[in-house]
Amino acid sequence: MNASLLDVEGLTVFLPVEGEERPVLRDVSLSIAAGEAVGLVGESGSGKSMTARAIVRLLPPGARTEGVIRYRGEDVGSLRGAALRALRTDVAMVFQDPRAHVNPVRTVGDFLTEGLRTHRRLSRRAAEERAVRVLDEVGIAAGARRLRQYPHELSGGLLQRVMIAAALLAEPRLLLADEPTTALDVTTQAEVMALLDELRRERELALLFITHDLELAAAVCDRTAVMYAGRVMEVRASALLHDDPLHPYTAALAAARPSLARRADRLPATPGRPLSAFEAPPGCAFGPRCAHARDACHERRPELLPLAGGQAACARAEELRGLLRDRNGKPVVSHDHA
Amino acid sequence: MASYLVRRLVMLAATLLVSSLVVFAGLSAAPGDPLTTLSGGRSLPPQTVALLVERYHLNEPFLVRYASWLGGAARGDLGVSIQLRQDVSALIAARAGTTLGLIGYAALIVVVAGVAAGLLAALRPGTVDTVVVAATAVVVAVPPFVAAMALIGVFAVGLRWLPALGDGAGLWDGVRHLTLPALALAAAAAAAVARITRTSVREELGREHVQTAVARGIPYAAVVRRHALRNAAVPIGTLTGMTVASMIALAAVVERAFGLSGLGATLVNAALSKDFAVVQGVSLVLVTAFVLVNTLVDVGAALLDPRITLGGRS
Repeated sequence: MNASLLDVEGLTVFLPVEGEERPVLRDVSLSIAAGEAVGLVGESGSGKSMTARAIVRLLPPGARTEGVIRYRGEDVGSLRGAALRALRTDVAMVFQDPRAHVNPVRTVGDFLTEGLRTHRRLSRRAAEERAVRVLDEVGIAAGARRLRQYPHELSGGLLQRVMIAAALLAEPRLLLADEPTTALDVTTQAEVMALLDELRRERELALLFITHDLELAAAVCDRTAVMYAGRVMEVRASALLHDDPLHPYTAALAAARPSLARRADRLPATPGRPLSAFEAPPGCAFGPRCAHARDACHERRPELLPLAGGQAACARAEELRGLLRDRNGKPVVSHDHA
Repeated sequence: MASYLVRRLVMLAATLLVSSLVVFAGLSAAPGDPLTTLSGGRSLPPQTVALLVERYHLNEPFLVRYASWLGGAARGDLGVSIQLRQDVSALIAARAGTTLGLIGYAALIVVVAGVAAGLLAALRPGTVDTVVVAATAVVVAVPPFVAAMALIGVFAVGLRWLPALGDGAGLWDGVRHLTLPALALAAAAAAAVARITRTSVREELGREHVQTAVARGIPYAAVVRRHALRNAAVPIGTLTGMTVASMIALAAVVERAFGLSGLGATLVNAALSKDFAVVQGVSLVLVTAFVLVNTLVDVGAALLDPRITLGGRS
């Protein structure tokens, strides 16, 4: 693998809540190579978005960070002023809700050309020409007319394409896509996802794709990291994630998703509720809900260790390998009552 | 936008028609008889009374008098002042400059001082913010006549920096004479604008689209200007317009306090001496100005926020 574009090491983030500091991320480590697509999967509140925000230093005010984030070898935490803005143009972000993330009182053209005119000092005309070309690439025809329109005149799917176009116009090396299709309807989701994937490959862009959909991440990404309660539980080649998970949590996540291939009266649900990072017990964060947990799991937090070409943060990962799926390929969730 | 403007213009015309009727009817219903004013309390011979009644159309039905007054007003003829024996239109033209200058000056203070203080408070949480919030909370509660007294006491009588009374002659002297009145008129409004600026800029800064701009590496000053302040301009503009419109009425108080010969002072004097034609004429001009300013505020808001004209589109 070529040198890392982005390296996150031991990232821990605390946010002030009612006067006390609460951790939202615990010891998150992640790396993305140039041109690589990495998925970041987890339930709501597991810290996916916070991880992306920490990378471009967009954390809420009062946040305290530990650990190191390196982008192209540079410590992101030490960047100030122009250097930080340069990082932010090199790492573009696509947000979940385009309706809220595009200024409603300015035209689509203003939104698309703002970066070009600010950073590249292009004239309005030159910037608009480029914007129209990129709009065409993201499948929006009659770009010149669209530039004069306001966000409320565009549908959600169209606006998300505009957001993607805006991200591409900055010619970034890394794209952070924070649930870019969650706010869209299902058919639009598929189109936008296919578009994002295609444009990324064409431009050899690295991608951090945040989603709660394990299968979607697997379809788009080379590798996928699974997060739970502010921690990375498993990192694995996407193709293997579903059929050969290393962590019981990943197996549970995969089992809870309805499948077209098999019929189920009831989807297997994981007992308990997802924990936030600050509620996590001293041992394994998933321990209280894990069917395979032993006493040792509740005492010591397992580290993220290399295993079978991936990484897993599970004390029993090695002995459980293969046991997390039964003979039919169906994930085993709670048969292990040793 | 075009259909929105047409709708606003129709509404403007309707409002003006109704308010002109109210102005005229209000004066007709008021106690007192114009004849008494004309005669100065003396008893007049019947033929003189008949002459005056005919000259001022005093015995014609209400609607006829209203129609002829409105028709005159549309042509710029607002009748003749009973007391000053002067054309009301000429009188208004002579006095309007002072009031216009006063309100324009005050509006400038409201926009510049109000937005600057509010922006400062929004961007500098902590001491600066606390000071602005506390100061505006006090000033916003000070009515213009109290502000006038305080300003005269401090700057005219105490420090002797600025004159307390009169219109002044020439541009520079005129501006000097208008400074204290404009401050008195603007103080509470500027404080209100500062508070709304602080709140709405804060609110906009917390919005997702501002995050997008920051995430794209736009310099913070540009983010504040192009996104936070630009979007906050809708509520700020609306409040500023409304306070400027209210100044049209409040100007009367300030003009009296500082001995300025503007429209407001003229209106008060005319009302006291039952000079009906002047009261009606000045009221009509002031009401028209008020309605016009409010229409401008609405059109301005629609220009600033394209979503407002939505109702006019198919």
